[in-house]
Amino acid sequence: MVSKRLIWFAVLVLGVCLSGARTVHAQQPTPSDDEVNAIARQLFCPVCQNTPLDVCPTQACQQWRDLIRQMLADGKSADYIKQYFVVHYGARVLAEPPRTGFNWLIYIVPPAAFLLGLYLLFRAYQAWKRMPKESVGDAAGELPSAANDPYVARVEEELRKRR
Amino acid sequence: MVADFGFGILVLTFLVALYSAGAAFYGYKVKDDRWVESARRGMFLTFPLVTLAALSLIYLLVTGHFELSYVYAVTSLSMPLYLKITALWGGQEGSLLFWSWLMSAFASAVMLRKWDRDREFLPWVALVTALTLAFFLSLSLFFENPFTRWWQTSSGEVAAMFPPAGSIPLIPPDGQGLNPLLRHPGMIIHPPMLYTGFVAFVIPYAFAMAALITGRTDDRWIRITRRWTLWAWLFLSCGLLLGMRWAYDVLGWGGYWGWDPVEIAALLPWLVGTPFLHTVMIQEKRGMFKQLNMILVILMYVMVIFGTFLTRSGVLSSVHAFAESNIGPMFFVFIGIILITSISLLIYRWGDLKSETELSSTSLFSREALFLLAALLFSGIFVVCFWGIVFPLVSEVVTGQQITVGPPFYKQAVGPLFGGLLFLMGIAPLSAWTRASLKTIGRAVWKPAIPTALVPPLLAALGMRSGAALVGFTLVAFVVFVTLYEFWRGAAARSRSQKENFLLALWHLAGRNRRRYGGYIIHLAMMMMALGILGIELFQTTTQQTIATGQSIQLNGYTLRYDSLAQFTYVDGRIVTRAVMSVYRGGKFLGQLYPRYDYYPDGQPMTIPAIRSTLADDIYIVLVNWENVSVLQTPFKVYDNPLVLWLWIGGFVFIFGTLVAAWPDADPLTVLAPGQEVRLAGARL
Repeated sequence: MVSKRLIWFAVLVLGVCLSGARTVHAQQPTPSDDEVNAIARQLFCPVCQNTPLDVCPTQACQQWRDLIRQMLADGKSADYIKQYFVVHYGARVLAEPPRTGFNWLIYIVPPAAFLLGLYLLFRAYQAWKRMPKESVGDAAGELPSAANDPYVARVEEELRKRR
Repeated sequence: MVADFGFGILVLTFLVALYSAGAAFYGYKVKDDRWVESARRGMFLTFPLVTLAALSLIYLLVTGHFELSYVYAVTSLSMPLYLKITALWGGQEGSLLFWSWLMSAFASAVMLRKWDRDREFLPWVALVTALTLAFFLSLSLFFENPFTRWWQTSSGEVAAMFPPAGSIPLIPPDGQGLNPLLRHPGMIIHPPMLYTGFVAFVIPYAFAMAALITGRTDDRWIRITRRWTLWAWLFLSCGLLLGMRWAYDVLGWGGYWGWDPVEIAALLPWLVGTPFLHTVMIQEKRGMFKQLNMILVILMYVMVIFGTFLTRSGVLSSVHAFAESNIGPMFFVFIGIILITSISLLIYRWGDLKSETELSSTSLFSREALFLLAALLFSGIFVVCFWGIVFPLVSEVVTGQQITVGPPFYKQAVGPLFGGLLFLMGIAPLSAWTRASLKTIGRAVWKPAIPTALVPPLLAALGMRSGAALVGFTLVAFVVFVTLYEFWRGAAARSRSQKENFLLALWHLAGRNRRRYGGYIIHLAMMMMALGILGIELFQTTTQQTIATGQSIQLNGYTLRYDSLAQFTYVDGRIVTRAVMSVYRGGKFLGQLYPRYDYYPDGQPMTIPAIRSTLADDIYIVLVNWENVSVLQTPFKVYDNPLVLWLWIGGFVFIFGTLVAAWPDADPLTVLAPGQEVRLAGARL
């Protein structure tokens, strides 16, 4: 009977200990400033305009950094923390718009415009059809001499323009 | 009294500007040059008039007339004299007046030139500059009047130019004072530089419009405005650099460029102006790219007004702020008028702007083609930046959702484009005009390519493993070697032909073609800046630690020992909290640094990082006043910023190079004095 009670007591103690151990395991050591800033710099202050959270001097941002520290201490991942801020303060806290819906335009328009420019350039180059094999006015041929001194060339050009 | 005088002068200047615009147009219509001359003289008059208005405001700022709402907002009794003067551009109303003053200065200056050979441009240049000036003066008169006063009414304090019914004048004993962030030397010079750059771009635009309206679409307008554009570009560049230095010194986030919309708004005209400075050369030399140059000059001007609109209307904080802003809709309308007018004229003259040169004789690898490719890369960067600041507004209007477009977006998008530009900066100087092939470029490039090829293995041997860094530094080295090779090649040839010693030949060579060699100096300066940018962007390291006196922070081989913390009140009333940090490397004492933060009497804080700069790196310490600071627990944020000093050195070299390129030449007609002769390939003039 005694031994049975002892067994139950041991199981209880063990259970409590294990439960405590689980709690201790979940409670991380206090995260360093660098760990907090690593996440904070990926977020923007929801109040101030275009200020990353890691350098924002407002009281609100100090509290938000403390919140990040607490969440890190609770074992939350960086993605979870970022998502938490998005849910509570909107997508504007992210350094980049999420790649969803209308936001895709921010990512599509610049490369599309560049490709269009490249195409127009290609069309322009196509107009320049007869390409010689050898350079006539080689860069090496632009060395200053009595014949093609840039200064003299400029005077010649000016005179040509005034005719 | 002085405020009334200043306001009256503004009204008068506004009327004179409107008169000048009307007289210029009427003179053209009735073909009576007297009206045009009258318009020209009217524009002359605007400069002394706006100067008087600006001086009136400066007087009121300096003498502490806090009954003026603007003086109250930007000055205080404790501010030193120089800050009271520079408070002229420390707030919205004053900076708009300052903009008008600069505009009138440029408008007057351009009217001073000899117009004999370009008389047909005069009415239109006068019209465009007068209307631009009138627009900005109207903002000061009707929306952002710097001369409004405080009045006490039964319902509270009101700021108005004229007393509301039943009100009495209200004279506060002291003002709020200038925002502490604006009390830095960089921020004192930065706005005038930036505004000067902005305003000066109006001149090439005015001539471009004149060319379109008159149909004189040859390169004359380009030749007249080339130096205006270069000076504008120089001022704008200096403004951007000073802004970057200010951000580095004052904002305390370890960097110089945060991809903030306000910064980007100032960068946009620069991104258009830089390719324009290159493509105008092609129009001058070969009569090509007239359409492109016209598009660029219009875009440049639109971006100047658009940038001013973005920063002045409050639209960047929210589209709702735009709706509430007095001047936002005005800007919107003005930009619309500019765009519609310019595009209509451009379409009308599109056919006249065709190339004078037979394009088929231009090869794919010619300098013209490479310049065009560079213009495309600049356009790519422009689109990224423009879309990056506009999209959040579009998103808010369309979806109602506020979003942030921050540094990661810009860095990913513009990094490869800047890499492409570096490559072209290396290749283009070696390419010939009109005709070049891979073979001819190869013949020119092999010499600078040899030392360039040694760079990646050397960097790898030194421990560099980042692919982006290896590519970036190799491209920088390539451009530097090509540019130096160009100097050497030209000077050596001249030395041989003129029997001069090498240095004298170099001096004469650069002196006789300042534009070209000034441009090469600018390229070298850009490479210095690129070094700084690559260093900080790719290799910046940082740590934040909270320590007590006597404890140290380790970073990249540096030991930073926290010695002491002191707090004292400065003569101007601000409370200064200053730490003393001893810097060691390898056990060797390098010096002490003093990071601090100041609290101004009005409660505004300012963080001043301590910086130790060397050619290798900057140690940058911030006393993190946004966390709890005490002697026992003091938070410091330390950055190690490699190579960033090269950015600022490059800035000085850049200014020098631009001055070389922009310095006026003697008029060729006066160069060829009677009796002098110049031999041209055997001919005699």
